[in-house]
Amino acid sequence: MEIWRLPISASQRGKLISAGYTSLSSLSSISSSDLARELNVSESEAMNILKVASHSRGSETSNASCSIVEVLDTFQWWAGAQSAWDMLHDEESLMHITTSSADLDNILGGGIHCKEVTEIGGVPGIGKTQLGIQIAVNVQIPNDFGGLGGNSIYIDTEGSFMVERAFQIAEACIEDMSEYNRFLRKDFQECKIKMQPQDILENIFYFRICSYTEQIALINYLDKFLSENKDVKVIVVDSVTFHFRQDFDDMALRTRVLSGMALKLMNLAKRFSLAVVLLNQVTTKHTEASFQLALALGDSWSHTCTNRIVLYWNGNERYAYIDKSPSLRSASAAYSVTARGIRNSSSSCKRIKMM
Amino acid sequence: MANKLISEIPLPKSIANVFSARNVSTAKDALSLTEFELMELLDVGLTEVRSALSQISEIVAPPYQTALSLMEQRFQNEHLGGHFPTGLKGLDAALCGGIPFGVLTELVGPAGIGKTQFCLKLSLLASLPTNYGGLDGRVIYIDVESKFSSRRLLEIGLRSFPEIFQMKEMAQEMAGRILVLRPTSLAEFTQSLEQIKVSLLQNQVKMLVIDSMAALVSGEHEQGARRQQTLSWHISFIKSLAEFSRIPVVVTNQVRSRNHDDASRYCFQVQSRDGAIETPMQYDSHLVAALGIQWAHAVTTRLVLEAKSGERFIKVAKSPISPPLAFPFHITSSGISLLSDDGKEVMGPEINAIHYQGHNEIINFGMEGLH
Repeated sequence: MEIWRLPISASQRGKLISAGYTSLSSLSSISSSDLARELNVSESEAMNILKVASHSRGSETSNASCSIVEVLDTFQWWAGAQSAWDMLHDEESLMHITTSSADLDNILGGGIHCKEVTEIGGVPGIGKTQLGIQIAVNVQIPNDFGGLGGNSIYIDTEGSFMVERAFQIAEACIEDMSEYNRFLRKDFQECKIKMQPQDILENIFYFRICSYTEQIALINYLDKFLSENKDVKVIVVDSVTFHFRQDFDDMALRTRVLSGMALKLMNLAKRFSLAVVLLNQVTTKHTEASFQLALALGDSWSHTCTNRIVLYWNGNERYAYIDKSPSLRSASAAYSVTARGIRNSSSSCKRIKMM
Repeated sequence: MANKLISEIPLPKSIANVFSARNVSTAKDALSLTEFELMELLDVGLTEVRSALSQISEIVAPPYQTALSLMEQRFQNEHLGGHFPTGLKGLDAALCGGIPFGVLTELVGPAGIGKTQFCLKLSLLASLPTNYGGLDGRVIYIDVESKFSSRRLLEIGLRSFPEIFQMKEMAQEMAGRILVLRPTSLAEFTQSLEQIKVSLLQNQVKMLVIDSMAALVSGEHEQGARRQQTLSWHISFIKSLAEFSRIPVVVTNQVRSRNHDDASRYCFQVQSRDGAIETPMQYDSHLVAALGIQWAHAVTTRLVLEAKSGERFIKVAKSPISPPLAFPFHITSSGISLLSDDGKEVMGPEINAIHYQGHNEIINFGMEGLH
């Protein structure tokens, strides 16, 4: 690894190179006081540079001529790497958050995946906020009922979160759980669920964002927030688009800021084992001499999320289509928005269509 | 919060100096750059940049509230939990109390359908004292097309609330609470908006009506992308105004005919052989709401007013709380009123369609009824 790639400031790098240190090995045998003198910097700064250099060196593989066994062992040298076999175990024990629509859960492979970022987009009125609220409620379903029993963070950038609706959905969720309970208990005991809709609302942490600066700041701050609130299992951002559509003159800057944000969210998802759901708007795109609908924020953004679901109208039904996923097939399923929240579509001609 | 000065944030002295030396003075400037860009600009190491960014972010990030405390706060402090009843019982029931505070509610429909009539009624209601179902405050009415008629307003008042409006002083008091602005250009409108934002709270303004948004934007000569950007700014500003003042904001919108450029499907939706998946709405109605899809996303509640086979309907096309219902209505001397409080549920994207059949007869009939 050359000096170029070290995470040190530009002037330090410049001094190292002009003093003749162009590769890591050249730094291996010098002491900090000698380096400080050669570069004309303070001793603590020199010590810092050497520490960074040895850290980077430690994570490099040894020379190429090693056997397979040694290569497998050197995986330990790469900080944070895992073999595919170990990852299989992790993937199989992955938790999902149900969407309350069995058809939708089916095509999603059980529900919204934890440790991944899922983007959900659609035209106005298709039910994005409804799905967001449903997920924020469903994550709280206790472990006994197959849920995660976690809390949720709802980041509202547009003001579309309506508490009365969240209350309605929470109430319906608890009623469904009682129904399920009654159905399973053969001895017909009235095992009342102790949960109340107010308890569910208490576990939704609501943030209202008024500008893209606040959005970026909040996502940076979530690192600390999540360390203090380890029960949070889902972050819903409704919508990730709004502030980025209005104020940006410099599109290149927007792309950089958005991808930085997406990376941080992915990092949070993996570190804290939670699900991140980003709701997106649509825009029209001119392709092949016609206008088509596409999710907003551009082509570069479409690469950043792990999973992508598009909600659309098909005839009189609402459908969800898996546009992008590393592990799921492209499929679409019908769902409906009822007074109780997101549920299966009641139409008799519904079917899961494999693409 | 975005414009918070870096100098006001407690950062270690050395890094604060570097920030000001490089002209990064607000939090917005600092947070708009990536970590590596900052490292390069400020010439400091990664750990220092990270710790500075996390301190700035912690200060700029808004505080959280649990949904429960949000609900309790709304019900304690706000009128009916943050809803403004319109007086149309069926509609109020569907909207869980009425027009929501703090967000945009759009009225869209063809010309002459009753949007301005609805706005007049709402303005009147908002000025009334709370025991009559009003908000007991001022209303700012931005009248772009000069459709505001004070005579009509007082007629509605006299027919609907005779006990108040028969007394001249009371009528004067109520009508005096409605402030009408007539901007002649988008620039003037922008200026008025900025002034409004500043003086909203101390002047006890309880509702803002913009009639109509489409007329403002279409009057400008810019085209394409620049027009979209101007609209974006206004959308953002009006939304933030509604949000921070927690008042209902009602905006009317026009319709335009659907052209071939209107996109309606995604690239993965197969093009069927002529019309198999085509929804019936594409053949019946050739009208769509003006101002585009970005505007459609920005409004929280969309009420579509339309005419179908000689009858008028008000449909809840987009709402976070209401199912897609259509209510028949008519306009009388006492303003707009529903013919039935039981809404008919409309399936599918039909709820967004805007019909104008049998419309001409209604206009002529309506006009006779008004004089």
